[in-house]
Amino acid sequence: MSDEIIIIGAGQAAAQAVQSLRAEGFEGPIRLFGDEAYAPYQRPPLSKKFLAGEIGYDRVELKAEDFYASSGVATHWSTRVTEIDRRQKHILTGDGQAFPYGKLLLATGSRVREINVPGFDLEGVHYLRNIDDVTSIQAHFKPGAKMVVVGGGYIGLEVAAVAVKRGIDVTVLETADRVMARVVDPIVSHFYERVHAEEGVKIETGVTVAGFEGKDKVEAVVSGEGGRYACDVVVVGIGILPNTELAAEAGLHVENGIAVDEFCRTSDPDICAAGDCTSHPNGIYGHKLRLESVHNAIEQGKTAAATLAGHEKPYNQVPWFWSDQYDLKLQIAGLSTGYTQAVVRGDPTTGRSFAVFYLKDGVLIAVDAINRAPEFMMAKMLTAKKAVLDPARIADESIGVKELAG
Amino acid sequence: MAKITYIEHDGKEHTLDVADGMTLMEAAVKASVPGIDGDCGGACACATCMVFVPEEWWDKIPAKEDMEETMLEFAENAEANSRLSCQIKAAPAIDGMRVSMPKSQH
Ligand SMILES: Cc1cc2nc3c(=O)[nH]c(=O)nc-3n(C[C@H](O)[C@H](O)[C@H](O)COP(=O)(O)OP(=O)(O)OC[C@H]3O[C@@H](n4cnc5c(N)ncnc54)[C@H](O)[C@@H]3O)c2cc1C
Ligand code: FES
Repeated sequence: MSDEIIIIGAGQAAAQAVQSLRAEGFEGPIRLFGDEAYAPYQRPPLSKKFLAGEIGYDRVELKAEDFYASSGVATHWSTRVTEIDRRQKHILTGDGQAFPYGKLLLATGSRVREINVPGFDLEGVHYLRNIDDVTSIQAHFKPGAKMVVVGGGYIGLEVAAVAVKRGIDVTVLETADRVMARVVDPIVSHFYERVHAEEGVKIETGVTVAGFEGKDKVEAVVSGEGGRYACDVVVVGIGILPNTELAAEAGLHVENGIAVDEFCRTSDPDICAAGDCTSHPNGIYGHKLRLESVHNAIEQGKTAAATLAGHEKPYNQVPWFWSDQYDLKLQIAGLSTGYTQAVVRGDPTTGRSFAVFYLKDGVLIAVDAINRAPEFMMAKMLTAKKAVLDPARIADESIGVKELAG
Repeated sequence: MAKITYIEHDGKEHTLDVADGMTLMEAAVKASVPGIDGDCGGACACATCMVFVPEEWWDKIPAKEDMEETMLEFAENAEANSRLSCQIKAAPAIDGMRVSMPKSQH
C-alpha cells in the first residue's frame, strides 16, 4: 500500500499544505499535480500590482524555485488529474497514467463563471483567474483604449482601477442596482461608486449584458436595456464556481462545495480538501461556508496537512478579506450575511476613510473597514468573541476604537 | 543583497540572502521560514508578518507609514520594536540584521 500523499491542484492551499505537511512531521513522499504551467502563485496581485506591471512573476510566485524539490515533493505542472479511483486508491491523469495514493488532498480551487451570450468567444473578451489571463489583458493597455468591465465585484473594480490609471477609458456594467451588492451594505457600494466616478471610471448599474459584437474581435457590448458600448477589450468578472466535479464523480459528498468537517476531512477518511473548493463548518457563525479567500486557503491548507499527518487542528476562524483600489484599502473581517443593523463610523459621503459595523441582533458579525486598520483589527477580535456592541458608541468617533470593546 | 537572520520564538535561527528590493516577508515566505505567515502577500493588510527589530537597526530602515503603524498598534503580541516585515526591503544598509518573531502571528 502506498504511503504517498497526492495533492490535486497547485494553488495557494496546496503550497501551504506542502509546507505544513513537513512542519507536522510527515516524512513520506508527496506528489503535487497542477494543470497550470506554473508553480503555485498568489492570485490577489493579478488584479492589483501585477496587473499594473508594478511587480513581476518572481514576486507573485509563492515559493522559491527549489522549494518543492528540497521538500521532497514530486511536481507535475501542466498536468490535469481526470479521475479519482477510490477503490483502487489511485488517481488518473489526462494521459491515462495511474498514481497510487495513501492519502489525498483536493486543492482544486475554483474557476471563473463564464458568460453565455452571443459573441462570448470573440477575441478581446477576457476573464481573470490566471497569470496568462493577465498577459492577455495587458496587451490591450494602450492609452485611449476602451475597456468594458462586465461585473462590479471586487475583481472587476480592481481591474477598472488599474486600467483607468493606465489612461484607458473604462466602463463597468453591473446587473444589480449597485456594485459589490453580494457582499456589502449599500453605504459601501455607493462610496465605491463615488470614488470610481472621481477617478474617471464610468459605472452603470442595472445593466444586463446581452451580447458582444465585432467582426474578428470584440468591438462593442450590447445590453438587454438597449445600450451599446463601443470597446477594444472586455474583462468579465461575474463570479466563480468551485471545482468540485472530480470529487463528485468519485462519489464524495458535494454540496455548495466539497463537503468537509472542521478537520478538512471529506466523506472519505483518506481524502481531505482545502481552499476555495470546500464547503466547511464555521463554529463562529454556526453554519457551513464556502469562501473565496487567501486566508481560508492558507488556514485550511494548514488544517488539512495536520489531519493528513495524523494530528488534529480544527479550522475555526473569523474569515477576512481585503481589496485594493486606488488609495483605498478595504479590509473585511467576518461575514455580514444576515445582518440586522449596519452602523457607520466616519463619513462615507466625503473623504476616503470610514468603517461599517454589521450587527445581528446586537452581536457584531462583520466590519468593512476602508482605510481604517484599527477598526479592522478590533473587528477580527470582537467578531470571534461574538461581542455585543452599542450602536451609539460605534458611531461616536470621540470614543476610541479600543474602548469599543469595553 | 543583505544577509538577514530570522529567529523563531524558540530561538531557532534561519539566515537568508535577501536580494535588494525584495521584502523580508517575501524572502521568509519563499524559504518557508516558520513563524512568518504573510497571508496578504505584502499588502499591509494582515499583520501576520510581524518581526521584532533591535533598536540599533531602526535608523537603517524606513520609518513606519501610517498603515503599518496602525496595524501594529492593534496587532496581538506587538511591542515597541515590532515591524511588519513586508514593509522592509532588503538593502546593503541592513546586511547582517537579526530579527525575531513573536510566538504566534494570529
Ligand atoms: C484576480 C483575483 C484577485 C483576488 N484577490 C484576492 C484578495 O485580494 N484577497 C483574497 O483573500 N483573495 C483574493 N482572491 C481569491 C484567492 O486568490 C483564492 O481564494 C485562492 O487563490 C484560493 O486558493 P486555492 O488553493 O483554493 O485555489 P486556486 O488558487 O484556484 O488553486 C487551484 C489550482 O488547482 C488547479 N486545478 C484544478 N483542478 C485540477 C485538476 N483536476 N488537476 C490539476 N490541477 C487542477 C487550478 O487550475 C489551480 O491552479 C483573488 C482571486 C483572483 C482570481
Ligand atoms: S504580509 Fe500582510 S501585513 Fe505584511
